[in-house]
Amino acid sequence: MTDKNYGMSAEFDSAAAVLDAAKKVRDAGYRRWDVFSPFPVHGLDKVMGLGNSKVGWFSFLFGAGTFVGTMAMIWYMNDFDYPIVIGGKPMFSEPMSVVPSYILLVLMAGLGTFIGMVALNELPRHHHPLFAKKRFELVSRDKFFLVIGSNDPKFSETGTRKLLEDVGGAQIEMVEDK
Amino acid sequence: MAESATQKVVALESLAPPAELQRMTPVPRQSLGWLTDKLTAFNEGKTPMWWWILFFPSAIGATVILPLALIYKISSGVGLWGNNMPVMWGWDIINFVWWVGVAHAGTLISAMLFLTRQHWRTVIGRAAEAMTVFSVMMAGLYPGVHVGREWFDWFMFPVPTYEGMWPNFRSPLMWDVFAVNTYLIISTTFWYMGLIPDLALMRDRAKTPVRKFLYGVFALGWTGSARQWHNFEKAYLILSGLATLLVFTVSSIVGMDFATAQIAGWHETIFPFYFVAGAVCCGFGMILVLLIPLRKWCKLEDIITLAHIDKICKMALMMSCIMGYIYLVEFFVAWYSGNPYDAWVFGHRMFGHQYWYGGWMMIVVNASIPQLFWIKKVRQNLALVFIIAFVLNIGMWFERFVIIVGSLFQDFLPANWGVYYPTWVDVAVYLGTLGTFFMLYLLFVRFLPMIPISEVKGVSPEADPHRPVNGVKGVEA
Repeated sequence: MTDKNYGMSAEFDSAAAVLDAAKKVRDAGYRRWDVFSPFPVHGLDKVMGLGNSKVGWFSFLFGAGTFVGTMAMIWYMNDFDYPIVIGGKPMFSEPMSVVPSYILLVLMAGLGTFIGMVALNELPRHHHPLFAKKRFELVSRDKFFLVIGSNDPKFSETGTRKLLEDVGGAQIEMVEDK
Repeated sequence: MAESATQKVVALESLAPPAELQRMTPVPRQSLGWLTDKLTAFNEGKTPMWWWILFFPSAIGATVILPLALIYKISSGVGLWGNNMPVMWGWDIINFVWWVGVAHAGTLISAMLFLTRQHWRTVIGRAAEAMTVFSVMMAGLYPGVHVGREWFDWFMFPVPTYEGMWPNFRSPLMWDVFAVNTYLIISTTFWYMGLIPDLALMRDRAKTPVRKFLYGVFALGWTGSARQWHNFEKAYLILSGLATLLVFTVSSIVGMDFATAQIAGWHETIFPFYFVAGAVCCGFGMILVLLIPLRKWCKLEDIITLAHIDKICKMALMMSCIMGYIYLVEFFVAWYSGNPYDAWVFGHRMFGHQYWYGGWMMIVVNASIPQLFWIKKVRQNLALVFIIAFVLNIGMWFERFVIIVGSLFQDFLPANWGVYYPTWVDVAVYLGTLGTFFMLYLLFVRFLPMIPISEVKGVSPEADPHRPVNGVKGVEA
């Protein structure tokens, strides 16, 4: 991004206020904006049109792949590569191979979920333009920020400021992209 | 619609229990800022004296007793332990099963109660999950040193080698390796992921550059944007679903380690369920032992209220009833099956010349004493709850002793019979793991938020976007 500015931020005191403001910002036609809050505000995902999170795909693909892979691995190891009769049990059978495959499914699906969450959230990212703002530290405490990106097609310094004032935002400031 | 709902709430409130028991979420009508200050106060304040008093002995256990005992054991061999020829599994496996058991209640509280939408679990979820993480670490240590030749531990993993030998996946002992490692990794991931927003909070509040740096690194640059929360919530839901599976899987597989053997007293189809129930029962004892003092010492009585203790007591009561039922089923089947070896083992469990006290500990401590939790006055008496929970942990330890040593010391041929006594090395390793567990737990309580702050905010009245706060009216969606 070559813009000098990241966007314009406004502060709100409650989840209700920021949700209300978010609806008005959406209705005003803005598309590149985000809300920062100390806890997930329910209903915001609908207002922002986020749809269903894609994390589930990571879990599914990691899990399913691991299950199939482990079944194949056990068949290869105990039946194909080095078969030994132990206790008269079959070389390969479902009951004995489902258990470790299922355990590894849980393992890899869990790790996949975590990886998916981190990747989709573009973490770890230890720098963010908003971190330069001192007041942004209050977001994890009790404040709610609504930030409209300066790359939004409708963004204009005066127009956006007017809108944020109208929806009840306080401390409206430009956020520099440092 | 809204009015009738309000009337309903008013009507229900008049029937509700006293305020102290009613409080599921933190003190109502307190601001989010107050909540944040309250919940981080212990992490940011001065280290209190009680912390040091508990920390020093634990740290000695973790850094002196455990390493020395393990070095001695690994360099000299399993013969240092009390394990002998009929009793091949001793304190090592007893403590392994015990520690895995302690872990299970933590996952049940943090994951399973999350899936079943039990909001009261929010407050204690993090503390319970930390208990899981640390106790699985302790559990995982035992099989690793129990094998005797620790330098061959890597045989348990499917590593391609020049001999072309592979692990035998037909053995439940092999499944156990994967189960326990998976449990450790998944519970750590689940615990850490839940911590990320709170680490960001600690980063934002940090006064010194060192704290800011360390919390900042582990917070991964969390901003709390709606898009992040959106993915985070989904991931949290999926991870708790997966962790819930582990509540039922890990101890089941530990149970199968026993059930596939043909020893009388082990060879039972009830074992997987038996071990899960026992695990959860023991873990509820441990979480009560941890939380009752901590809520007082960390000044969290407003947050972890008597209502939470009350609910954990009820869960412990339920598990204790299940344990009693399983004990009865075991004795019934031993008689009904007509198997003389089973009858011998179960008769001697209660009335034998050796280890009879273990059998009575099971019945009296695990199945009978927690029945006091039926009485509300007992559930509200914290000293009494603490004592019952503490004794329950010991009773559950004896249950594993009875199952393992009690079944092994008299096997099929009287010529093989023997007796088992633990040695000081057994005791030292156990004390070392206890010390390590408490040291890690104390460090956790001191440096990380013990209460999941963002989650608690999420269930507080202020979090409801349709509830007008500060004069701003929420608009219906």
